[in-house]
Amino acid sequence: MTKMVEYPSGAIVPERDIGYRPVLEALHLGIDFGGLTAVDDFNLIVGKTEIAGLIGPNGAGKTTVFNLLTKVYQPTRGTILLDGQDTSKMTTVDANRAGIARTFQNIRLFNNLSVEDNVKVAMSKDFSYTTLGGILRLPRYYRQEEEAHQKALELLRIFDMQDLAETAAGNLPYGAQRRLEIVRALATKPKLLLLDEPAAGMNPVETEELMNNIRKIRDDFKIAVMLIEHDMKLVMGICEGIAVLNYGRIIAKGTPEQIRCNPTVIEAYLGSNREV
Amino acid sequence: MSNLKNLITRKFFAAGKLNRTFSYLLVIIGYLLLQSLSNAGALTSHFSSLLVPLTSYIVIAIALNLTVGFSGELSLGHAGFMGVGAFSAVIVSGLLTPYLPSAPLRLIVAMLAGAIVSAIFGALIGIPVLKLEGDYLAIVTLAFNQIIKTVINSIYLGYDNNGIQFSFVNNKISLGPGAVTILKGPIGANGIKRISTFTAGFVLILITLLIVYNLINSRKGRAIMACRDNRIAAESVGINVMHVKLEAFIISAALAGAAGALYGLNYSTLTPAKFDYNLSIMILVYVVLGGLGNIAGTIISTSILYILPEQLRFLQDYRMIIYAVVLIGIMLITNNDWFRYQLARLSRKLKRRRKKAKGGAGND
Repeated sequence: MTKMVEYPSGAIVPERDIGYRPVLEALHLGIDFGGLTAVDDFNLIVGKTEIAGLIGPNGAGKTTVFNLLTKVYQPTRGTILLDGQDTSKMTTVDANRAGIARTFQNIRLFNNLSVEDNVKVAMSKDFSYTTLGGILRLPRYYRQEEEAHQKALELLRIFDMQDLAETAAGNLPYGAQRRLEIVRALATKPKLLLLDEPAAGMNPVETEELMNNIRKIRDDFKIAVMLIEHDMKLVMGICEGIAVLNYGRIIAKGTPEQIRCNPTVIEAYLGSNREV
Repeated sequence: MSNLKNLITRKFFAAGKLNRTFSYLLVIIGYLLLQSLSNAGALTSHFSSLLVPLTSYIVIAIALNLTVGFSGELSLGHAGFMGVGAFSAVIVSGLLTPYLPSAPLRLIVAMLAGAIVSAIFGALIGIPVLKLEGDYLAIVTLAFNQIIKTVINSIYLGYDNNGIQFSFVNNKISLGPGAVTILKGPIGANGIKRISTFTAGFVLILITLLIVYNLINSRKGRAIMACRDNRIAAESVGINVMHVKLEAFIISAALAGAAGALYGLNYSTLTPAKFDYNLSIMILVYVVLGGLGNIAGTIISTSILYILPEQLRFLQDYRMIIYAVVLIGIMLITNNDWFRYQLARLSRKLKRRRKKAKGGAGND
């Protein structure tokens, strides 16, 4: 079990990440849609190689937080520091280039492209040839395309998907589509990987495999992972720090043990005694 | 089994190597066949006169397929770009005639000019328009088509010994000795030197195929298709959607401009009214029936749908009825599951044979 250390500010990160700059610092983050406050005063620190969990009942605002962090939504209040860099004013594209990548709750693949092309689309950091260079097929085109091909296969190997490289992404089975989304996100070389319900629709065996793979990704790529998940076995099994969200606010933060026995969390999930 | 399902649902012949080889073969064989028939005098003069417009339509249909099929933007204004290319080429060719007597060279310069001017218009229109999506984009491109047509409609241009004169009002232009009028407003251009040839059209198709196939098989092409398939996901992996779509739109406009130049220099008179939305829709019909994102299909459908109504002229009033029946027939057949399955099987067979020929062991 990872030892978690508390900062003076109250944030907790794994002991091994002490001394490194946290990959994510969200400070007083909030967003209003008209009169509705969807997320408010969201404070979270994620360590450099932490696996963090974000849980909460349906409609708590978990995906909204992901959309804020990846700048799909512009926050009404607050600051986001990604590895020390302020991304609060960036576009989605720039935030991705700054080092944040994500998967989607409702799968969003490039369905008509092959599995390999899905991965290559995300590898823009590995290419430097121009449009004209691509049309004229300059030597650089062949060199970089070959490198990208090898690299894409290597990334697909994480989930043992290299044999599916030429299949159209839209024809993959559901579980494989979820895994491909993770590979595609990894291909952008992120510092922080956001997974929105990665185990949704997976059976217990697949979930077990996914847990091992998430750990492996963290160890191999030395990145932080933050995930939204309803499968408590997965969350309690791999997350080192967990934040619980309810009605757009964080109601508890801590290690899996602390969260499990936290009365506020139990109340948020199961309702209080008085209501029963 | 999953492989089989894969083949049926996957767009037959998509942008793969098979499609590319097929397109090149189709164009080269078609050219050689028609050219030798023409040399042997086996073609009627009416049929021969259709060849240059046909090559021009094939090019613009491929260009439109880049926008509609690969980039996923429904543009109803491509005739506008064709018109810009055609009239730019007519003007450039007209002005250069005294200095550049060699017709092929002048044609090349005129086509380049058509492509460049059209690309500039593509950029000017694309920047505001590509912020829109779906129906709105279609409506605005349609409007731009009309605007371009109307503007060309009111240009008066000519030159005399003193230099070039240009006006949007007819009577402002007063040419002295040595006068040559190039554009006369709604009447358009008269007395154009006809310098387009079937061979030039053939070369332009080859260049277009090279550009489009190489583009879609490069990083930019993958990005273009990614933006079409899922805009939000494309942004989330660091693709600047606006930039990518604009690039595709400009390339498409440039190709349409070159096609327009070829078209314009094939006739001795050219009116701006030719490049209205009817033409845009006609080209869109070629593209849709040929298959979105299917270039070989575009070439075939353009050839059939352009030549057919022209060859049906002897049927007089029944001509367009037959044309409509053919259109409906094609739609029914290509949406037939059995037919698609047979096509998919054929393509799989060809792929297998190629793998065997390569000597590599297949994965399955």
